[in-house]
Amino acid sequence: MTQEELLPLILTKDNRAFGHVYDMYSKSLFAVITNLVKDREEAEDVLQEVFVKIWKNVDSYNESKGRFYTWILNIARNTAIDKLRSKGYNNSKKNLSSDNFVHLLDDSNKLTHKIDTIGIREFVNKLKPKCIQIIDLLFFKGYTQQEASDELEIPLGTVKTQNRNCINDLRKFLQV
Amino acid sequence: MDTKEYIDSGILELYVYGLLDDNENIEVNNMAKSNSEINDEILSIEKSIVNLSTSFSPFLSSENFAKIREKLEIKHGVVQMQTRTYYPMYIGWAAAVLFLLAIGYQYTQLDASRKQVAAAEIEKTKVQEALVTAEIKNKQTEDALAIVRDKNSAVVNLGGQAVSPESFAKVYYNKATQVVYVDAKGLPEPPEGKVYQVWALKLNPLTPTSIGLLENFTADNQRIFAVDKAAGAEGFGITLEPAGGSASPTMAQLYTLGKV
Repeated sequence: MTQEELLPLILTKDNRAFGHVYDMYSKSLFAVITNLVKDREEAEDVLQEVFVKIWKNVDSYNESKGRFYTWILNIARNTAIDKLRSKGYNNSKKNLSSDNFVHLLDDSNKLTHKIDTIGIREFVNKLKPKCIQIIDLLFFKGYTQQEASDELEIPLGTVKTQNRNCINDLRKFLQV
Repeated sequence: MDTKEYIDSGILELYVYGLLDDNENIEVNNMAKSNSEINDEILSIEKSIVNLSTSFSPFLSSENFAKIREKLEIKHGVVQMQTRTYYPMYIGWAAAVLFLLAIGYQYTQLDASRKQVAAAEIEKTKVQEALVTAEIKNKQTEDALAIVRDKNSAVVNLGGQAVSPESFAKVYYNKATQVVYVDAKGLPEPPEGKVYQVWALKLNPLTPTSIGLLENFTADNQRIFAVDKAAGAEGFGITLEPAGGSASPTMAQLYTLGKV
């Protein structure tokens, strides 16, 4: 099911829609949340909170605001960052852990990955380190272009296009 | 700016990431609506980034979904999520109910079987008791026959006396061994508190010697009693005496009497 098929159901709060939204996006959001919050149990709490927020506020979503996925991605990132702040991390995004999303494959999570991590590892090895950093900051952590430019010490004007090139590499690998 | 340039600028990625401000968002929205190439590009970017992040998701227990539903149902009654979308859950419940029913059925079956076994046990005991009773009766009959058939036994017929003319009894008296059996079939059941007492008699002079009481009169259906040995008895008499017997016979209650 695509967002285009899902949206009419979501907007009428059709009973089936919630299950579909969860099936389609929970893992993606959980990766984003875990990359920020780190602690597994806290990440699960945040995920639950995120889906409760999504469903309670779904009436306030409309297509003019952008993609439905983008809307819930923002809720996930903001809720995770709020969680970090509530735990005493200060406001600056620079204080987010320097770990990037590739670390999600490491250590304790290794055994719990059911998806083709070998394929992903292969891809991660192929992907330029700069791409991992830029996708991590922009997509996973929600940095602005300016923040990413500062962090990566690359010209502000190239952030957008560098990211575009990285996503193109990803799309070639995934064939989408 | 043509479509390709617009796409290559990288703005669509930031659009999907949610990093554009409101004005930029509206602009991209409008472009996507009017230009299917841009719209398709957005879908592909979204697909790739959803795939990438999904692949990096740590294991996500299904408990989370259950907890979210719980929270939504409690705090948000309007969300009716128990629909056919979640039929696997219903199947689960149905299976659980069936399982319980099956267990219940099995239990009743087991209980019935146990009762049958118990009933069979009782029946078996009864049959055994009946068998034992029959064996005892048989033994008693055999004993009685053996006494009657013993070639050394003299049969002494005791006739009814004044107090009970209808009564009669037989004494089987083995002169060699001096063993005495009394067949009291012809005597009425003694009233409560009374007991028949058997006397061996010598005739000149008449000397009665107690050789025993016919206690538990009704216990043996054959009414054959072993009493004490009697040496040189010339006659036998049976009197009705108070329970425990008497030192000498109460002649007024002499039921039967006979000579060897």
